[in-house]
Amino acid sequence: MRRSWVLVAATAVAAATATLAPGGQQFPVPPPPLSEDYYPCAQNCHNDLRTDPKPRVLTDEHADIQLHHAEQLRWCLDCHDATDRDKLHLQSGERFGFEESYRLCGQCHGDKYRDWREGIHGKRTGRWNGEKQYLLCAHCHNPHSPRFPDLKPEPPPAVPGSKTLKSHSGAKAH
Amino acid sequence: MSEQKTVPVGEPRQASRRKFLQGVAVGAAAAALPGAAFARATGFLTYDSWKEYFQKQFQQMTPQEVEETLRRLEAKYAGQYGRKVTVKATPPLENVVFGYALDLNRCIGCRRCATACVAENNVLREKEQIQYIKVLRFQDGSMDFEQSERYYDPATVPEEGYYYMPVQCQHCKKAPCNRACPIRATWTEPDGIVVVDYNWCIGCRYCMAACPYEGRYFNWGNPVLPSEELNPETHYLGNRPRMRGVVEKCTFCIQRSREGRYPACAEACPVGARKFGNLLDETSEIRYVLKHHRVFRIKEELLTEPKFFYFFG
Repeated sequence: MRRSWVLVAATAVAAATATLAPGGQQFPVPPPPLSEDYYPCAQNCHNDLRTDPKPRVLTDEHADIQLHHAEQLRWCLDCHDATDRDKLHLQSGERFGFEESYRLCGQCHGDKYRDWREGIHGKRTGRWNGEKQYLLCAHCHNPHSPRFPDLKPEPPPAVPGSKTLKSHSGAKAH
Repeated sequence: MSEQKTVPVGEPRQASRRKFLQGVAVGAAAAALPGAAFARATGFLTYDSWKEYFQKQFQQMTPQEVEETLRRLEAKYAGQYGRKVTVKATPPLENVVFGYALDLNRCIGCRRCATACVAENNVLREKEQIQYIKVLRFQDGSMDFEQSERYYDPATVPEEGYYYMPVQCQHCKKAPCNRACPIRATWTEPDGIVVVDYNWCIGCRYCMAACPYEGRYFNWGNPVLPSEELNPETHYLGNRPRMRGVVEKCTFCIQRSREGRYPACAEACPVGARKFGNLLDETSEIRYVLKHHRVFRIKEELLTEPKFFYFFG
């Protein structure tokens, strides 16, 4: 599956930007993983397009985006803003950039949002007693299909005794 | 120390065992240990100077002796691996007791922690490998350690119907391994890290028998560690290269954590399941977990009081 949304990579992690949450708390997060194919959306396409607010399956553009995120209940413009295409919006109508996307996620996933703010949900790097680097939700979860991707596991440890006993040499001796 | 035992009449001067040994040590310090060539060839002996042979237990050393020991080890490792190795003995930080929390809802069993740990801690690279972290696979709804599987090897993880629990040294407050050691080669540091003085360890493996978490590992042979894979930033009580016949274990990456960095496993975890911090700091991540999540410790009924917590985030 093509993951155009997640074009993150190391460059994004290197240049961390700090964003300010409503509570005044600063989160040092890297830039959001936006696809260079599309962003900035308004300038690239949407300024020249008429907005059709009717929920539908997109076939001409963005056909690669597989929505597996309560797709029965929502479509693009529930999260992406119709008037400013480079912004997201809450149910309240409040608009903000992709670098604050955690607020949009936190709208439904409040428990995870709380844990994320405290450094519990999600990966933190840096120092345990000093500066930490956060990641945005979208750095690990594709917002359109948020299940964490399956990974190939590192090889299992060696089975003890495999040198001498043939009967113990199977990789799945247990 | 002033032992004043006189030797039988006929001897012109007072002597003591200690003075005798000191004399031998100083006299032979410059010379190689007799039979060193044989010892190295057979791998039978792990020390290669009298100074190393008479080295004290780490806690008993004066600061000067620690310094001498570190420099001697650095020279030894440089010769052994052909590159610069630093051996530090960074002391514990004030008002810090380390704790660890692992989110079982997040862990996908990818073993990235285990391999990062091996690379960071200079663990041997042979087939009979040691891994400080065992990732156990359980069937959903069960936590029977007897039935857990550690050799699982599917194409991708997580697998349907299973969950994963990484287990490593739990850094118990009342560590049974410490009590089992007949010579105090292992102890708990003031910051809560259970460490081993590899040079003092006699390899009796009582600590391994005492540990309910299988948190300790024994070097049966001379550990194979290719020079290019060596991590040259080491700590005396942590990841400095080990020798044959000693026990080793997870030290919460003492060489990293005492300098404010996260342990290698925490940094390697792709799902962010591993949380590390100061149990005495109310604002730390670990304290937040303890306050806001339901945590448990493995085999709590043994009253070992681990500082390693599991939770469901």
